[in-house]
Order: sequence, then structure tokens, then C-alpha cells
Amino acid sequence: MTDIKQYTRKDFVSDQEVKWCAGCGDFSILAAVQSTLPELGIPKEKFVFVSGIGCSSRFPYYVDTYGFHGIHGRAAAIASGVKMANPDLSVWLMSGDGDSMAIGGNHFIHILRRNMDVNYILFNNQIYGLTKGQYSPTTPLGQKTKTSPFGTIEHPFKPGELAMGAEGTFYARAADTDPKQMKEIFIEAATHKGASLVEVLQNCVIFNNKTHNDITNKITRADHQIYLKHGEKMLFGKDKEKGLVLDGITIKAVTIGEDGYTMDDILVHDAHCKDNTMAFLLTRMSLPELPVAVGVLRAYKTHTYDELMELQISEVKGKAKINNMTDLMNSGNTFEL
Amino acid sequence: MATKNNKIEVDRIVIKFAGDSGDGMQLSGSQFSDAAATLGNDLATFPDFPSEIRAPQGTVAGVSGFQVHIGHSDIHTSGDNADVLVALNPAALEYNLKNVKPGGTIVVDTDSFTEKAFKKAKITNNRLEDGTLDGFIVIKAPVTTQCRLTLKETGLDSKTIDKTRNQFIAGIITYMFNRDIKMSEEFINTKFAKKPSIAEANVSILRAGYNFADTLEILATTYIVNPNEHKKGKFRNITGNTLTAWGLMAAAEKSGLNFFIGSYPITPATDILSELAKHKSLNIKTFQAEDEIAGINSAIGASFSGNLAVTTTSGPGLSLKSEALGLACITELPLVIVNVMRGGPSTGLPTKTEQTDLLQALWGRNGEAPIPVIAASNPADCFDYAYTACKIALEHMTPVILLSDSYLGNGSGLWKIPNMDEMPSITPKIAKPNTDYHPYDRDENFVRTWAHPGTEGTHHRVGGLEKQDGDGSVSHDPDNHATMTELRANKVAKIADFIPKQEVVGDQEGDLLIVGWGSSHGAIYDAFMETDRNGKKVGCTNFNYILPLPSNTEEIFKKYKKILVCELNSGQFANHLRYTFPDHNYEKFNKIEAQPFMVSELKEKFNEILEDK
Repeated sequence: MTDIKQYTRKDFVSDQEVKWCAGCGDFSILAAVQSTLPELGIPKEKFVFVSGIGCSSRFPYYVDTYGFHGIHGRAAAIASGVKMANPDLSVWLMSGDGDSMAIGGNHFIHILRRNMDVNYILFNNQIYGLTKGQYSPTTPLGQKTKTSPFGTIEHPFKPGELAMGAEGTFYARAADTDPKQMKEIFIEAATHKGASLVEVLQNCVIFNNKTHNDITNKITRADHQIYLKHGEKMLFGKDKEKGLVLDGITIKAVTIGEDGYTMDDILVHDAHCKDNTMAFLLTRMSLPELPVAVGVLRAYKTHTYDELMELQISEVKGKAKINNMTDLMNSGNTFEL
Repeated sequence: MATKNNKIEVDRIVIKFAGDSGDGMQLSGSQFSDAAATLGNDLATFPDFPSEIRAPQGTVAGVSGFQVHIGHSDIHTSGDNADVLVALNPAALEYNLKNVKPGGTIVVDTDSFTEKAFKKAKITNNRLEDGTLDGFIVIKAPVTTQCRLTLKETGLDSKTIDKTRNQFIAGIITYMFNRDIKMSEEFINTKFAKKPSIAEANVSILRAGYNFADTLEILATTYIVNPNEHKKGKFRNITGNTLTAWGLMAAAEKSGLNFFIGSYPITPATDILSELAKHKSLNIKTFQAEDEIAGINSAIGASFSGNLAVTTTSGPGLSLKSEALGLACITELPLVIVNVMRGGPSTGLPTKTEQTDLLQALWGRNGEAPIPVIAASNPADCFDYAYTACKIALEHMTPVILLSDSYLGNGSGLWKIPNMDEMPSITPKIAKPNTDYHPYDRDENFVRTWAHPGTEGTHHRVGGLEKQDGDGSVSHDPDNHATMTELRANKVAKIADFIPKQEVVGDQEGDLLIVGWGSSHGAIYDAFMETDRNGKKVGCTNFNYILPLPSNTEEIFKKYKKILVCELNSGQFANHLRYTFPDHNYEKFNKIEAQPFMVSELKEKFNEILEDK
């Protein structure tokens, strides 16, 4: 193997002016991705960023790699095509909650079901930003927006739940306020072979400011977030004095040393488990009863679509009698006239 | 056998097999046409079946048919009315009777003509007895009884036995066409190679049918169709859909590119996807997407990645793909979209044929998004036009829409196997590593260069937002948008320099030019050849290149007093011509029954026009 050039963040900064609003959460996601890419040991020309439509989908213009800015909701289909056509590429899919959960909902579930080897970053700000503030499929029930002046009457999706339902092999959650956490998670996503979905709790400073504040703000986040790591106890709180236990088929938050709970009762996170029932429960946790889970909730290794596609082709080729068009056209029933 | 009946040589003959869907009529049709090809006849076939897999048994709606036209002379259509109709039940007779020539031969299974069957077919009279069939030669064969008697000792159940009825008919037909029964036996043995007991039963029935025809002297006349002498070389009997798939694969091989198809099943286009899926050994990647939209978008992604990318569909699917077509247009990526047209609007008539997606193909997009459109005109040339669609897409960096239809896709004909070395070269312009690359720099034909991800130093971004001419950054500049809109149009118009000139058969100038496009070619050509021109000067031409039109089109139009445009819609190509060349007078002849043209109805129209003045 030839040595791969040692890149820095700057190698992935494009010459295009970044046009997001000042204070937008997208800036920190961009920075975290740009600082992740040099760490992956992948030649720069092998990166492709694909997006749909929305604020987040302008992302490919700002990364100095191959990029494809698609149409609304279809990034997953485009990215699938990019990857299948050349499985050697590192394909990144940048999308928002409108793009992925509404118009692109169908492609979202199918790319996960197929386990296409792409890194799927879902910017969830629970609002349509680019069209100026309409509710999205992740907007909390009852929230007033431009198109719900009296409050929404729709139950929102939790992207993680949907991912588990679609048998997604990798799901992580990160907060746009925590660059270190994002980078750690992005590296894990990029390393996982398969469809790696990372939901980033992202702030839209203009149309839905502080929508994730309860989870992400520095004062309460130790109590309101639990950063899960494979093989480690599920602990949270400023001094890791709290943890999660299983009570029947529900998860419960307890304080160690209270109500008879000891460290031995605290669950150990197994992200690699084939069965996704526990991961499903973890994706569902929400305030105020339970902290919101961040980190890699699930990373189960199995065959990817692109891998099986290549494998099948090579298997068939090995046994084939038809090796080119001339063979094919002259095979079977022909007539000499 | 030789002296029993009157053998006559015929130049062409049309035979239609009709029964319940599930009666094996499609198989009978292929069996008959393969035998014809082996004997050197030219041929065309057309299956005619309901959209339900097993429509209610015995009903007129459930009738499945397969028409075969064979000839000593060249065959251009699957034929108008049948010389011979095989009807396995009363519904099949009822549905097809109007399409049998006066004096034609009708073969029926008399066992199926029961009160119960009449009820199912909603017929009050027994057509075998009420005089309806006076004027036809009716061959009454108790097919069901004969099959059950023949196979009584085999232990096969009656359901399996009844499935052999089509071979009893095949036996009669083999006798009727003076064919060697061994050929029919071979067909059966190949078809049921994996089920020897079934093969054996079918062969017994085939012989029973043959002997029935021979012994009972039920046929006053038998036919001989001599070999066609114009066609020389190695041929196959093959459908348009299969050849479309092969044309696409041939283009991949010739261009040296990997092949990707992203598609979603839809009648009558699905066969192309399933044919391609068989050929993984030729490096063919097939992706059955979750919907039509994902089909085309995955193909666009694959094209960006550097594959020869294709999506296939029919009318409703093309509607769903419209937005993505615009994306392929603005990103100027090569992509082939095959639309096998069917009756519309909406779900329409999924198994029937129509040329009604022409305007959708030309204009069905937001913004100004010119996309070349070409159309195949017979099952055999589906190969050539699929190949050409790829060549244009790759060499001009554009999506291309290829129009086929149910008639071409499901129909078959004889196709001369080409030599791959003689196929035209396909040479896309692909960026070299570490060159000063700008995605929208163009050559003298307005064609940009394709840079594939994975290539060092040519990284770039494309997308659905308008781009700056040359460097390709996002641009909302008004002048640039005007420039880019013109460039996209000019690039497509320039393709006219790379396609063949339009040709006219018959008189090269004069009173009337008969115009068709795509799949109507065969019927129009035959009707033109068979029409008495009455001293008038008449030419006939069929278009395969729809956008851009061949560069000499208007030059041709100027030479005729009248132009008659014949098509299977309400006048879409006529409108396209009127829009493109407004200075001519276009008359129209349209059929909107979701059935192909009949030669007879076209002749009638031509005569009517030629008699004017």
C-alpha cells in the first residue's frame, strides 16, 4: 500500500463562502467533520459528500472533496448509487429532519435496511429552516410554527426509533454544542462498515432557537445527557453518581446508593448486540423522566449491501460460461438463415 | 399424408393463439414462432394479455392471446387480422372473432363450449351452432376429452392433464403447416428438461393432436411458408425488451465502463431489469430500488461515480422521475432513461401499447430542461437504439430518454446477431488525474468533461443549483443563468450533427409525405407499400430521432404538398413538428385504442387522402 498523505483540517476546507446564519449549529458540525476526515487514513479523492435539500444540504459545497448536492429527500438514493458504482469510496450523506424524515422518509428506511456502507449525518433541528420556519416531522407536539400557529397536532418521529425499526446497524446521537463528542462519534461512524446514522441535535438559531437547550446546555447537560460507550456502565450526572437499570421492560434512572441500588445493578452498554431491543429502549429515552442518550447506541457488524453485491458478482463470474456480449448473443437458440 | 389435402404455398400468414391466461397460449406462440424461424421464415410476434396474472377463468377479460405473423417475404408487423385463430374456450372465440379474416380458419376445443362456460363469458348463444361462424372454416376438436383419454394411464391428475391442451393444438398446427413433428418434440423436451414426466406427457399429447388432424382429415387445406430469402446470417427470435437490455450491456462493454441500473418493477418495462439481473457475469450491477424516484436517483449517483448508468420505467414511473431528470440535465451527467410506453393516463392500460408519453418525454420537467429523445421502431432495433442512447449520453454528457412501448417490448422478431467489433466506438471524455479541472468547461460541442470520484486532483461539486459557467460554483447571476440555459439547449441541438440524416422511401418529393415515429413504422411501411398511389407522388418516412430531429427534416418537408402524421396518440408528434417547423401543414391520423395500427386502417386513410382533389 502506498503511504497516504497526512492531511489537516484545512485540506478539507473549500474555497466557497459558507452561507449559513451566524450562530447556526451547522458550523460546528462542519468543523467537526473537517477535523474528522484527516484522521481516517483515507486518500482525499475517495471522499464523496452527498446531500439533499435544506440548510444542512449545502454542506458538500464547503468540504473540499467530491460533492453532489441533490434534490429534496433523495440524497440517500443518490449516495447509494455513488457507493454501489464504486464501493471503494467513502460516502457521506448530509441531510436534515425535513429532508430525511418527511420527503425522503422512504429512502431513509431503505438505505438503513440494506445496510449500504455510507455515513449518514442527520441534522435534526426540528424545524424547516431554509423555507423559514415550518414544523417538521420531528417538531414536538403542540409547538407553534409558521404553519402551525395554534400548535402542531402531529406526533413527532424519533429518528433513532425509526432506524431501529428499519434494522439499522449503526445509530449514534451527538450534540452540536460538543465538538469533541461529535468528532469521537463521527470517527466511530466512519469506521463502522454499513449504514452509520448519526443524529446531531442541531440548533437553528433563527427559527427554532434553543430547541435542544434542555439537553445540551452546559449547566444541566451532565444530568440530562448520558454519553453511552460500549462495554461501560451506563452512568451519568456530574459525578457519575446516577445510572440506568432495567425495571421489567422499561429503563429507569436511579441514584447509586439510594433505594438499595448498587453499581452492580447498573446496566453495561452493549452496542454490538445483534438484537436491537435494548438499543431501541435507549433511543426512546427522553426528558424529564430519563436523560437523553448520546454516543453510539448501536454498532452491529454484518454484511453491507455493496459488499454482498460485489461478492455475488465475483461468485457468478467464477462459474460463468458467458464472459462477454459475443458469448451471450450467440448462446442458446439461434438460427442460420 | 401427401395426397390427403390441398397443400398451398402462402407468402405470409397470421395465426393467433387465444385461451384463458394460464392456458399456455404464450408458450404455444413461442413454440410456433421458434419453429418458423428454424425453417427460415421471417416473423414478428405480439402477445396480448390482461394485466391480471390470472384474471377470472373463462371470462372475456381473462383472455390471453399470442399473435404470430410469419412469411416468405419480409415481415414488419405482427399482422392485422388472423388467418388462423385457435380458441381454447368460448370467451377466447368471442374476444377474437372480429379479428379473424373472412374465410379464415378457427380451431376450437368443443369440450369447452358448455352452458357453464357461456355464462362465464356472458354469451347467450353457442357460437358453434348459431350461424356466427358461417363463412369460416371451423375445426372442431374435442381437445379436453382427447387429452384426458390419452393420458388416462399416466396417473397424472386432471389439472396437470388439462395443462397439456395447448400441445394438442400444437399437434394440429404442426400438421396444418406441414412441419416435422420432431421439431415440436424437441421444443417440448428442452422446455421441460427438468421435468421428464411432464415432457413425456406433452409429447404424447402433441402426437395425439397431430394424428387427430392426420387421421380425421379435418383439414381441407394445409400451408407451406417458404423460407425468407432476404435475410442471411445468424439470427435469433427475440423480444424488444431483451434486446434493449442487450443493447445497454453492449454499450457498457464497448465503452469499457462498469454498468449500473437503478430501477423499480413496472409493466411493461420490468423484463429489461430482470434480463440485466441475469448477467452479473458481465459486470452488470442491478439495483431494485424502493421506488421509481430512488431508481433514477441511484442511477444519477452511479453516473456521478463514473458508471454507465441506466433507469428503466413506463409512463407513470417517468412522471415520478421528472424532478430527477432535471437534476441529471443541470448536472450534465450521462444517464439513459428507458420508457416502455403503455396506455395512460394514470395506471391506464398497463399491458397495452400506446405512444402517449412523447410530450412527457420532451417537456415533462420544471424549468427549461432539454433532454434528447430517441425511439426504437421494431423489436430488433431496440438493440441499436439502446446502444445509441448510451453513446449519445456518454459522448454528449446528457441524460437521454429512449422510448419503446409494450408492442416492441413484448413483441419479438428476427434479429441478426451483430459483430461487436463492428459496433460504433463509444468514447466519453473523462478527466485525467491532477489536471486543472473545472466541471463546466466545455468543448466545441458544448460538452463538459466527466471527472470520477477516486481520481486524484479533480475533486469538484455539482448539484441541482444553477452553476457558474466554467468553474461550477453556485451562481444566482441573471446573465449566467441565461448563458447556462442556452448552453444546455445548444448542447442538445448540436447532437443533430452526430445522428444520421432522415431517409424517405418512395418518391423523394411530391404530393404526400407519410410520417410516423417509433413503433408504428412496420404498419405504416406495409400500408404504404400496399397502397395504390394512383399516379400521385408519395413518400414515407419514420423518425427514430425525436429531439433533436435529424438536420435535414425541414428540407424533406418542403418537398411535399401534404404531410400526414400517423401515431398512436391524439397528435403529439404532429404537435412537436408543428412547434419545431411551423411553416408546414400537418394532417393527422391517430389511433387511441391502446392497440397497434392495423395495416388495413392505414391503407384506408392513405387512399382517402390520395383520392382528395
